Amino acid sequence: MPNMSPYKVKIPEQPPEIRNKNFLEVSLGYTCEMAKEEAQRCLQCKTKPCMAGCPVNVKIPDFILHIACGEFEKAYEIINETNRLPAICGRVCPQESQCEKFCVRGVKGEPVGIGRLERFAADWYMSNRSPKAENIHRTQTKVAVIGSGPAGLTCAGDLAGMGYDVTIFEAFHTPGGVLMYGIPEFRLPKDLVQKEIENLKQLGVKINTNMVIGKVFSLEELQQEGYQAIFIGSGAGLPNFMGIPGENLNGVYSSNEFLTRINLMKAYRFPQYDTPVRVGRNVAVIGGGNVAMDAARSAKRLGAEKVYIVYRRSEKELPARLEEVHHAREEGIIFKLLTNPTQILGTEDGWVQGMECVEMELGEPDKSGRRRPIEKKNSKHVLDVDIVIIAIGQSPNPLIKSTTQNLDTYDWGGIIAEEATGATSIPGIYAGGDAVTGAATVILAMGSGKNAAKAIDQYLKRQGYY
Amino acid sequence: MYKIIKKETLSPSVKLMKIEAAFIARKAEPGQFIILRVSEKGERIPLTIADYDRAEGTVTIIFQEVGKTTKELGKMEEGQELLDFVGPLGTASHFENIKKAAVIGGGLGTAIAYPQAKKLHNLGIEVHSVIGFRNKDLIILENEMSKVSNKLIVATDDGSNGIKGFVTDELKKLIEQGNTYDLVIAIGPLIMMKAVCILTKQYDIKTIVSMNPVMIDGTGMCGGCRVTVGGNTKFACVDGPDFDGHEVDFDEAIRRQMMYKSFEKQALEDHACRLGGASNA
Repeated sequence: MPNMSPYKVKIPEQPPEIRNKNFLEVSLGYTCEMAKEEAQRCLQCKTKPCMAGCPVNVKIPDFILHIACGEFEKAYEIINETNRLPAICGRVCPQESQCEKFCVRGVKGEPVGIGRLERFAADWYMSNRSPKAENIHRTQTKVAVIGSGPAGLTCAGDLAGMGYDVTIFEAFHTPGGVLMYGIPEFRLPKDLVQKEIENLKQLGVKINTNMVIGKVFSLEELQQEGYQAIFIGSGAGLPNFMGIPGENLNGVYSSNEFLTRINLMKAYRFPQYDTPVRVGRNVAVIGGGNVAMDAARSAKRLGAEKVYIVYRRSEKELPARLEEVHHAREEGIIFKLLTNPTQILGTEDGWVQGMECVEMELGEPDKSGRRRPIEKKNSKHVLDVDIVIIAIGQSPNPLIKSTTQNLDTYDWGGIIAEEATGATSIPGIYAGGDAVTGAATVILAMGSGKNAAKAIDQYLKRQGYY
Repeated sequence: MYKIIKKETLSPSVKLMKIEAAFIARKAEPGQFIILRVSEKGERIPLTIADYDRAEGTVTIIFQEVGKTTKELGKMEEGQELLDFVGPLGTASHFENIKKAAVIGGGLGTAIAYPQAKKLHNLGIEVHSVIGFRNKDLIILENEMSKVSNKLIVATDDGSNGIKGFVTDELKKLIEQGNTYDLVIAIGPLIMMKAVCILTKQYDIKTIVSMNPVMIDGTGMCGGCRVTVGGNTKFACVDGPDFDGHEVDFDEAIRRQMMYKSFEKQALEDHACRLGGASNA
């Protein structure tokens, strides 16, 4: 008999007033009992509507059934068949707009906590089992993967599982891409990311760090080095700025820089770690996405008194996940909605001393279907801040595009790739993740890496390799 | 990986290291830079490539021990390995239609000016070099510069080597003696590059400067290295580090350099503390 409670089993969390002063994980995860209880809420629908919402086709009802029976290892193995980074997905996937959106239990009450259960299975496996050496038939065929973020890791893992000799080229000194530099420790512990990457290494994936492709090797040179296929998962590494006066004042950060200092370089542990970050007294974060929430919550943890999210549309249009907005509010982040910055004000010697904003109201829907914000008359005001973080999105990094002839890209920088396969304008070169779509989600990047791995396998077999 | 093949002390606080980095050496060009990390908890710091040897597979860096990282680096010895060494980053300088050039190096900037002078010299361009230092003990690369320059002037602020004055004074003299330069390359402290640009603007001589702002990744990702050039924001790491000096907003660059000064001091003091006060910061 299923558990017919309309609510998800509550997940233990650090209390807001404690956690907004540390970088430990917010959510503590289910215990075995909680997981079993939540798993019993699953109705085991024959049609499996939840799976249609998963970009990597995790066999959701199957793994949940095993959790309900207390067979946690088996649950993990089922997830791992299609998703090689479950501990990550369970934490950062927007389940509410994917699997859980289609859950029948969501019609009357809350959907099954699929993400929480996925996380539980992955965490349980990590702490109770060591990765098994898979018996894989290896080939000599070499594939290069550029970038070790979610797209690259997934593509590399799948190809290695098929037996290919896969090498990842990563520009930073640590692999993981946005999972390491972007998403904060309190949402996605970095040790866990490294453990997932270790699992991929066990599968045979080689990782070369400190390699900026486009500079140290061109794609053509990689082909000459014997890589029969290449996957580009170089991400959206180019920060967008507003183009308003004062953006080059001291105290203005791109969200990329602010978060990279904190996450990758561990500036939150300065001076134990050498890289500093300036947090100031009051902080304005411009933007309403997950990255903006991450930056705001990080600033709060580093001791800022007031942290504002400044967003030009209304609550309803906030692109961030509901859970992130909710957590941010709990932690004391102040939302300045329908507010648009017009300039950043500075002191004589070049430091931020405020941000001039105007209030907005919503007009007619625009191309994206969202109501267009219009400036309210006589609404100019100054926000008292000394740090401004610009989190209005990232564009694909142009390094590879600018050094590869015949690689077709959109005007805005995205690599043009077939949606189902990731095939680019150059045979044997595939692309996926944010490098193709512009800044999106971890799971979409993983989905594209997975599709590309399949397509690369077919391509190589057609070419007579394998 | 990244083994220190050779270490030399050029002046009391300036050191040269030849690093094993075959892939980078294969591609490096004058004007490009590398980013390195010494230790697991260390910062990523950019250093301009001072020289490279493709056959030997080495890249040479020259640095002044000013902050915690450069002091730690300075303590490393031949045979030891750097933790991370990535490059070549930035856009290499291109020289076209130049017959005669002046290369100006200020202090440590001479180390960055040297590969540029060498490249110009190898292209058959007449090179006049002016390098300046605070005093004669700080002079570096005098021999190397003289080998790639048709004329070399070494000036010191205090006149302790015989020629007292700033590099701008010496450059001005050369111009007024009737030397016509198609190009000036000025590399050194921001304030020096600004002064050279003010001078060369008067004579309408194209001037290239090399910017070295704070940065993390060096691939255009963080945007920390923003420089205003001709009214537009550029990223020194990918658009530069070389820029048209007459277009650079030096005052902004000088202000931006102050962003982490207080932290640098703290890191250094903390470092000195742990060394039992042995460091003479």
